[in-house]
This record gives sequence, C-alpha cells and structure tokens, in this order.
Amino acid sequence: MKSTLAICRRDMGSYFNSPVAYIVITVFLLFVGVLFFVPFFSMGKASARELFGVIPFLYIFFVPAITMRLIAEEKHTGTIEVLSTMPVRDGEVIIGKFLAALGLLAVALLLTIPYPIAISTMGKLDWGPVLGGYIGLILMGSSYLSIGILASSVTKNQIVAFVIALFLSMAFMLLDRFLYFLPSALSSILEYFSLSYHFRNISRGVVDSRDVLFFVSFTATGLLLSLYALQSRRWR
Amino acid sequence: MTDAHPMIEAEGLSKSYDGLKAIDRLSFQVMRGEILGFLGPNGAGKTTTMKILTSYIAPSEGRARVKGFDVVEESLSVRRHLGYLPENAPLYHDMIVRDYLEFVSELRQIPMENRKKSLKKSVEHCGLGDVMSRPIGDLSKGFRQRVGLAQAMIHEPEILILDEPTSGLDPNQIVEIRELIKELGKERTVILSTHNLGEVQVTCQRVIIIHKGKIVADGTQADLQASQGGYRCEALFASERLNPVDAESALRALEGVKRVERLPEGESGTAGFRILSEASGDPRAAIFRKAVEKGWILLELRREAMNLEQIFRQLTLTEGKGSEKEAKPS
Repeated sequence: MKSTLAICRRDMGSYFNSPVAYIVITVFLLFVGVLFFVPFFSMGKASARELFGVIPFLYIFFVPAITMRLIAEEKHTGTIEVLSTMPVRDGEVIIGKFLAALGLLAVALLLTIPYPIAISTMGKLDWGPVLGGYIGLILMGSSYLSIGILASSVTKNQIVAFVIALFLSMAFMLLDRFLYFLPSALSSILEYFSLSYHFRNISRGVVDSRDVLFFVSFTATGLLLSLYALQSRRWR
Repeated sequence: MTDAHPMIEAEGLSKSYDGLKAIDRLSFQVMRGEILGFLGPNGAGKTTTMKILTSYIAPSEGRARVKGFDVVEESLSVRRHLGYLPENAPLYHDMIVRDYLEFVSELRQIPMENRKKSLKKSVEHCGLGDVMSRPIGDLSKGFRQRVGLAQAMIHEPEILILDEPTSGLDPNQIVEIRELIKELGKERTVILSTHNLGEVQVTCQRVIIIHKGKIVADGTQADLQASQGGYRCEALFASERLNPVDAESALRALEGVKRVERLPEGESGTAGFRILSEASGDPRAAIFRKAVEKGWILLELRREAMNLEQIFRQLTLTEGKGSEKEAKPS
C-alpha cells in the first residue's frame, strides 16, 4: 500500500514537473471549450448535456496521451528493472501508476467545472445530471486508463502504446454504433461492452449500480491484463 | 569471514531467448564476504545471469537461491536482501537526486526513523553531497553511476549485484568506484560483471569467466593462473659463452617446458628467452641447473604469472577447446 502511494506520487511528480501535464491539459480544455461552446450558443438552452458528449470523445485522444509513457518509458530506459527488483509487487506498480494517471485526469476534469458554472449563470441548470455526468466521466475515464496502461505495458515504444490505446479505445467507444448491421442477439452483447452505452445511462443522472459495476470490472480487467503483460518477462 | 551457507547458489541455470541459449547450465556458489567478478565477452550471458539472480526474469531451467530463498518462488524475500545496479544505471532523469533516493528508501521500506541516516550514509559513501538537488538527467555519466550505486546500497543489503559498475567512467572515477566496491565488499557479498580485466584483477577475490553462456573458469586468480596459465619465465644470459640457437633447444628440452621464445635484442651482450611451462611445474630450478652445467652466465631469472588477460583470451578465443575445462577453487 505504501509502495503503491510512493509510485503514484512519483508518477504524479513526473507529470507535473515536466511540461507534459500542462500541455495535455491545456489542449484538452481548449478542445472541450471549442467543441462544447460552439454548438451551445446555437442551441439556446442552458444544458450541460453536450459537455458529456464532447469529453468522452476527447478521451479517445487524451487518455492514451497520458498513459502512453507510464510503463513503456520505464521499459525503454530500463528503470523498470530497478523498480521490479525492489521488494514491490508488480500489482502495486500497476495500481500506483493507474492512480497517478487518474489523478491527472481528475485535475483535468476539475478544470472543466467552470463550464457548467458558466452555463448556470445563463439559465436554470439542472445539477443532477451534471453530477451524474462527472461520476460517469471518472468511471469511463478509469476504463480508458486501464486500456492505456495495458497498451503501455506491452511495448517499449510510447508511440506504439499511444496508437494501440487509441485504437482499442475507439473500438470500445464505437461498439454500439455498429449495432444496426448485426443480428439482435449479438447486438445486445456488443452494446453491453460499449463504454458509451453505460456512460449514457449515468450521464442522464441515473447512477445505476449495474453501470458502475460494469466500469469497475472493465477497469479491473484492463489492469489485470496489464499486470500479466508486465509479468510476462518472467515466463518468456 | 566465510560461513558454511552460501549467500548465492545457482544450480544448472539455463535461459533461452527464442530458442537461443543465453546461458547454459551455470552452477556456482558465492559465500558471504566474497567479491566475485563475472568476466566474459559482450553477450556471454553475464547480464542474463544477474537478471535471474535478482529475480527480474526466471530461468528456463535450473534454480537459484539467494540467502536460501528461491528466486522464482520467493522473489519478494530475495529482493529484500539484494541491492541491484543494472547495466547503464537506469534512472528517472526528470527527478532530482534527493527525491529519487527518498523514493527508493520508501520502496525499500526503510523505517521512517532510519531514513535520514541511511540516506546520509549512502550519499557520503558515493560522494553525492554536492549534487543532491540537481536533476539526474543533468549529471555526468560518472555521477549517474554513483546515484545508481547509492540506490543499490541505501538499504544496506547483504548482497550487491552490480552489472558493469564502471562502464563509461573516466579513469579517476573508475578508481573511486572500485575503492567503493572494495569497501562495500568487506561486509557484504558482491557480484559484479565486467569485460574489463584490470577491474577484476584489482577488485575481485574470485573470478568466474563466462563464455557463450557457459562457465569456462571459476576460481581465485591464483587458481586460474595455476590451472590455465602455467608459468612464464624470462631468463637473461650474458651472450659471451652461449650460442643462442643451441641454448634455445637446450632450454626447450627441459622437463615441463612447453615453449621457448627468443626475446628481442635488449641490452647488448645479452641473450634473453621467454620460457613457458606446464601449469604443474616451476622451471626456474631446472633453468638454473642447466646454466651451471653449460657454464652460461645467468644475469636475470624472473617468473611472471600468466595474467588474467592472457587466460581470458586463451579461454574465450579458442573455440570449443578450453570450454569444458574448469578450475575449481582449492
């Protein structure tokens, strides 16, 4: 537990002591602003719903950008060898890094709160769905982070990690867009695995335990696979 | 100094990468307080062996124990007793030295109350006092290597495994690091790898020479010299009463002598020979008697032990020939 926190702190430090975090967050906020406010003014309604349409889309690029270095870079420079020969479990390494990335994501989300506040000054804003939306964003973000960490743990190359994570994230986001072409039995299964499907439920303001459970188990699975990828050096 | 239980035991360690054997049935033991040098050409399997001993990777076959703990089954206990400096001292370049060492202390689970003390000790040992608040990425190669060493010894492990601790350093730094390692080796078990022969000669009590994944020699320097090298003598005679050609053949006829070479002309009026003998015998007495018998005037007779460099070249250059020989420590 202490080791997990030490690793989390170190990775947080390396995000915020370098320009990485600031650049990524700035670009993220810029895109949120542009993509959200341009249609917002033409809509003429005080609703934050569009915000929760824009951010999941941006996650596809944003999350791989913050996870790509986590393990790939340590493999590339060899520091993973020092880390893995300390009395630290590989699981602690993975979770520490996950928490660091989640911290960065949370900071970015926190900085988007001025948007709904701005909306609330223009009209009556229903805060229920906004709260649900943010809970959903954290849960969905965790799932994407686990994909990103998995991608980062299978390669030494950050760019490769980014591309793999981008591709997988896109696949899981778009899963329910292909439903029309498929037989209904299959489509309901696919829909279940679509991250956007569960997110839509939550962002309507209904935090259902089934959706929460889905995100949590999705994240756990991703992190578990990352753990196996990290440990594969032992049995290869 | 040594006690009965070996600190490190390897039994028939093998590791293959994609069907290619990196190391092939290595067996050896290291006792407490020993400084062991792994010597071998690049790609001989030194790093692979070290990665197995630190339980970073698992062997394909065989087993290894560190302080009685199996490196595969009891990896966490193994790692608690080890300090490891991987090749090229990989470090987080964006961290400052102090933060990095504090991070390591935390992961090494050094109790809070001892942290300051152990940090201070390893910083002093490694001479890092002046660079504590600088980013690691800005440091010279020598300082980074020292940060790596500080990282490996901060928790005062009983066993230190150092992969090429002096590579890339300048001669002064090399001397400093060697002194440091010798100092550390007084109370600890140290394994270091190198392809620098001088290093082993100066630092290590015992040498294991690895070639193509196999141990081709294992023993103290004296053992190796006795078993692999044989003796080399240089004899210098006054040339007035001696015919060099006859003398050469007469010396060659001596018992135990393998080869005789004429030394290049040195002092005028002298004739010098280099005499190589079998490992078993010291030929000096026979040379002296021969000189008396023939009435040669012996000016100098010197024995030099075959140095490690020659042994190393002999073992690692001759294909197959030397590879099954093994010298056990006496």
